[in-house]
Amino acid sequence: MSELTFTLLRLGYLVLLWVFVLSAVAVLRRDLAGPRTSSSRRRRPELAGPAPAAGPGGGASRAPQRGGPSRLVVVAGPLTGTTIPLTSSGVLIGRAPSCTLVLDDDYSSSRHARIFPQGGQWFVEDLGSTNGTYIGEERVQGIIPLAPGVGVQIGQSVVELQG
Amino acid sequence: MSGLRPEENAPTRIAEAVLLVVALALGMGGMWMVGYALEDGLPEGFWTYSIVLAALAFTTHIVLRLRAPYADQVILPAVVLLNSVSMAMVLRLDLVDMRGANASRHLMWTALGVIVACVVIFLLRDHRSLRRLTYTAMVVGIVLVILPLIPGLGQEINGAQIWIFIGPFSLQPAEFAKIAFAVFFAGYLVANRDTLALAGKKFLGLQLPRLRDLGPILIVWAVSLAVLIGEKDLGTSLLFFGLFVGMLYLATDRVGWIVIGLTMFAGGAVAAWSIFSHVQARVDIWLNPLDAELYAREFGGSYQIVQGLFGMAYGGMFGAGWGEGYPDRVPFAFSDFVYASLGEELGLTGLLAILLIYLVIVQRGLRHAVGVRDGFGKLLAGGLAFVMALQLFVVVGGITRIIPLTGLTLPFMAQGGSSLLANWIVIALMLRISDAARRPSALPTRGALADPAPAMVGGDAIEVGGPGVGPVQAGTEAGAGRGATPDEATQIVRGVER
Repeated sequence: MSELTFTLLRLGYLVLLWVFVLSAVAVLRRDLAGPRTSSSRRRRPELAGPAPAAGPGGGASRAPQRGGPSRLVVVAGPLTGTTIPLTSSGVLIGRAPSCTLVLDDDYSSSRHARIFPQGGQWFVEDLGSTNGTYIGEERVQGIIPLAPGVGVQIGQSVVELQG
Repeated sequence: MSGLRPEENAPTRIAEAVLLVVALALGMGGMWMVGYALEDGLPEGFWTYSIVLAALAFTTHIVLRLRAPYADQVILPAVVLLNSVSMAMVLRLDLVDMRGANASRHLMWTALGVIVACVVIFLLRDHRSLRRLTYTAMVVGIVLVILPLIPGLGQEINGAQIWIFIGPFSLQPAEFAKIAFAVFFAGYLVANRDTLALAGKKFLGLQLPRLRDLGPILIVWAVSLAVLIGEKDLGTSLLFFGLFVGMLYLATDRVGWIVIGLTMFAGGAVAAWSIFSHVQARVDIWLNPLDAELYAREFGGSYQIVQGLFGMAYGGMFGAGWGEGYPDRVPFAFSDFVYASLGEELGLTGLLAILLIYLVIVQRGLRHAVGVRDGFGKLLAGGLAFVMALQLFVVVGGITRIIPLTGLTLPFMAQGGSSLLANWIVIALMLRISDAARRPSALPTRGALADPAPAMVGGDAIEVGGPGVGPVQAGTEAGAGRGATPDEATQIVRGVER
């Protein structure tokens, strides 16, 4: 075998070694950055539709009760379809077992956010979560009012109030 | 396939299969180049080695598909890559008739390791069942550590008494003790971490544990010192103690334990250095390897480490190429010094790739420790990943003269039965835990009650707050809830009504 062939093989071997490393890292990258990109990709089509239609005051099809929304519904994420009846004590959402809605999600914090009523109005509050609570593209800072039908993104899940 | 999002069907594990092909191609390529460089033809047994390695790798792939379909897809290819590259290196040293290098024996132990790993994955359906063996594991671990000291069974080789001989086989029981101790520490700490984390007073900003809670750490310290003194094995004692301190930190999140652990280890190490001549010799060759008198010394001299350094220097940036260097000049180039051999033939570029592959395995272990739901699994996965990282640091640090040289081996790369077998078992456990971490959930997820308690139990987590009171209260609760790790996997949906 000529010197040149051997040098090429030698360097080619190192290149292949790095190809392996980089493709392994590429598989991992999905794990690290995945939820953010995938959830924002999923969020837009799903929430852009119903959110403006429902808006404050509720959608026509939902027929809000006199006392406002009566349940919290998970509309996206692993627990899609889960419904929680609303009570005056509010709903605590997070990974901790003591939460009202326990998310099995690495991207949510132990006590991530809570949704609670005050003076006839519902509010959402981020409890200092690591990855934040979002309404649409906006991160929830402090306590803000929450209208029925508006999706709140917590980790990989989206919840909303429904009549 | 997709990172964490649960899917309806089990993943097809395509990524794993593709990466496995690349890993095996690298192993075969190495053997092929070794053959052409040294003998101008395929090395003897090339097809046997290649086919057996491929068969083992894909058997494991199929076992994972059947028994742990959600398991991590990168761990197995990474390990197969390390193992098959080491196969090429051992074959290369065997071809130049280096004493001790034995490629067929290496293949045999690899096969045994993979088969045992498959059996573990097949039989161990849930890693939590290991928790029942907490104290059994402690006894097994201590017995394994003591075995080499029993006269007739153990034998001193190259200054360290860490081997046992049963018939034609020799084993290093400490490698297996590592796993037993990881299981014991995980089980012990998950039950006791609250007292270890919360009791005790604060001093200089460090939360110091109570004196009586120091019992277990003192016992482990004593065991690791006994290893150091009785078996003259610096590396293993460092490994056991580091494992315990690392897992204590994982369990309690108190930096105080690390400070205490490092202080105790430093004290023990200085004492050992001042008392024992073999420790002094190790430190001497670490500090002054190029000293002519030390270099020429027949036993315990710096010849090995200096030759290893020369080898890596000869390899340079891109290496001499498979079969083109002289790694056989270094004593134990196929086991303790396989890192230097790889450095000589693959260069810094190759070494960095290999280190990155180890890093990927360790990162996967720690990642699944975060992901898995039960505290025992978290500690076990974290501990196993940490001990692999620590072992890597001790080995590579020793060869590159960052710390004194010890007798530990590079996982999956060094020729040696116990190391291969034990580390394949570690990988089997990691894969099992990763399956549990990534499985969407075996428990009812869609609104079914996972808790016999009536719905809305969680409602009491927050008091009905008057205006302005609620949020503050919730904030403090969020702080107190930090580190609360659900132990049982039964908390997916609690207080939820369909």
